[in-house]
Amino acid sequence: MTATVPTTAALALGDDALVLSHRLAEWTGHAPVLEEEVALVNIALDLLGQARFLLSMAGDEDELAYLREERAFTNLQLVEQPNGDFAHTIARQLYFSAYQHLLYGQLADGDGPFAPLAIKAVHEVAYHRDHAEQWTLRLGDGTDVSHERMQRACEALWRFTGEMFQPVEGLDVDWAALEATWLDTVGDVLRRATLTLPEGPRRGAWSAGAGRQGLHTEPFGRMLAEMQHLHRSHPGASW
Amino acid sequence: MTHTDWPLWEVFVRSRRGLSHTHAGSLHAPDAEMALRNARDLYTRRGEGVSIWVVPSAAITASSPDEKDPFFEPSADKPYRHPTFYEIPEGVKHL
Repeated sequence: MTATVPTTAALALGDDALVLSHRLAEWTGHAPVLEEEVALVNIALDLLGQARFLLSMAGDEDELAYLREERAFTNLQLVEQPNGDFAHTIARQLYFSAYQHLLYGQLADGDGPFAPLAIKAVHEVAYHRDHAEQWTLRLGDGTDVSHERMQRACEALWRFTGEMFQPVEGLDVDWAALEATWLDTVGDVLRRATLTLPEGPRRGAWSAGAGRQGLHTEPFGRMLAEMQHLHRSHPGASW
Repeated sequence: MTHTDWPLWEVFVRSRRGLSHTHAGSLHAPDAEMALRNARDLYTRRGEGVSIWVVPSAAITASSPDEKDPFFEPSADKPYRHPTFYEIPEGVKHL
């Protein structure tokens, strides 16, 4: 185990968890059914717990979450994408939880500074992945409308998936193997759901992917404003 | 979008090995697999369970409140059916 904390990696993984947690929490009071709302917010709370641990490795968790500007966040652009319809949320969950599950699996097997978190979180994320897979199967292989919406959501978010496999400084991970396994896994779920694996570009000019460098898509600024305004209006407030 | 046609499921949770499943509540879900997952989220979030059953509510045959008296009244005056004459050893919790 290294003595220095790999701050870059702690922020990258912590920001992924924090931002996706906030997006999922936006479903509170709006989910299609009560049972699904509890499921989504449960996942959000798991992610928030991971974010707290990771951001605390890099500094003061509140300062990092509530007082950084947009350009200082290094989360993937995938996780900041708006919830859209339920199919978009599920497609985002499918892409990200499959990635996070494989990534944490590798980190849990290592002996780096993220192993303690990964060993615990990999079980949480396995459930997130199962949740997304179950819904992908049902929406894809459901009605004509649900199939079409799910396919559209998978296509829309596809260009954000290449970014996940950019190496992160401080993480000892076999990124090429991670990506190959991810493609197999997601491809298999989509096939079973009678959906088609999108063919659009995942890297290069027409793909997205500079979140790790602090460049974000337009909706992220609005999300951040909502997430941070209370803390900025009442610094140090507690309840 | 409507979910009113999702069936209702009864949820039974076993809180520990050695105990029997007890009724925890009910929920809506499109099928048994999703009902199981919803039950996990609704009823075992705080580590309450080691096993969950879900049963379609429609599959349960219940005694009718109107038949309460013929069903249950006759047992009320038969104290010898109750194991109340035994001392329960200390440490036996789930008798």
